[in-house]
Amino acid sequence: MRRAVPLDALTALYHRRSGQTHLVTEPVPAILAALAHGPATLAELVVRLELQGLVADTDTPARLRERLDELETIGLVWRL
Amino acid sequence: MRQHCTLKIGPRIFRIGSDWAAPVRQLRALYADYPMPDDLIAHFTVRLEAARWWRHFLRPSVHINGDHMLPGALPLPLAQGLLAAEMGMNLQLALGERHFLLLHAASAERNGKVLILTGESGSGKSTLAALLGEHGWRLLGDEFVLIDPTTGHAWPFPRPVSLKNASIAVLDAIVPPARFGPLLTGTPKGDIRHLVPNAAALSGMDSPAAPALILFPRFGVPRDVRTMGISEVFIRLTQASTNYVALGEAGFGALTRLVTATPARAIDYPDTMTGLALVEELWSALA
Repeated sequence: MRRAVPLDALTALYHRRSGQTHLVTEPVPAILAALAHGPATLAELVVRLELQGLVADTDTPARLRERLDELETIGLVWRL
Repeated sequence: MRQHCTLKIGPRIFRIGSDWAAPVRQLRALYADYPMPDDLIAHFTVRLEAARWWRHFLRPSVHINGDHMLPGALPLPLAQGLLAAEMGMNLQLALGERHFLLLHAASAERNGKVLILTGESGSGKSTLAALLGEHGWRLLGDEFVLIDPTTGHAWPFPRPVSLKNASIAVLDAIVPPARFGPLLTGTPKGDIRHLVPNAAALSGMDSPAAPALILFPRFGVPRDVRTMGISEVFIRLTQASTNYVALGEAGFGALTRLVTATPARAIDYPDTMTGLALVEELWSALA
């Protein structure tokens, strides 16, 4: 559903459904990579990210939720 | 259409029809040394038409039409019919191309590697590319670079170089008069004169090559060179492409491949000769 190419500090994402290109920075690529393994609750997502060492301690669940809300707005994640 | 001709420029074939004989006659003269198209089925059609039938004769003005149109485009006087034909070809390619990723850029090749010069009108890319074409490089084109999404290579599109204002004299000093089209005065961009690329550029129009350096020139400012982040290059090239969005994932793949594989620099230069020296210096540093 999407294709990601790391550029430098930014990652280029191509969203096949909308045909749009997004330029995103961490932790967005990490969130999308973690959710690529399947749906997760917020708590499960935090565990997945910590297990992979993809998110720093400062990325609290509240901040993750903000990022998820933004990603939902542009159609890159959705609620089940 | 009463008058028409078919032109091959790199991998693309254009059919240009006109209500008047003069623009087609001028096109045939300008493209006399170009190879004949190997196929008469054109990729793009340009039509130069009178706004009303009586405007064939009375203050004749040329409307640029074709398969793809921009609403509100103003007509040009018949004396600038050649410019109208060139603008029409640009427009059809820019709006209609669906295979190659188009970058609004000039390009030249040396030792099998391609230099891409991209920037807004007035950045000097046409003049620099035309000069490189006369100094040991193969000119690929001054208006569009065609990136093949399959190979990542840059295809030539060696239309006659559109020289403007002071650039005309710079090239006039070193190129035989026979390679120039007529001087078009009072156009929306001032004086314009077309320069036919040399024999190496025309005979090599079917030979693409891999990009090796992307430069973003800026003319008329103190000399400076700045390295650029890959994402900055990516953003600027999406802005320089006329069909990035239309190509969808193929365009994304072609552009991300280009920017991750090719070094890029922003260059500022006060005059053309300083710019030329700077390009050669940066190119040598790659080797």
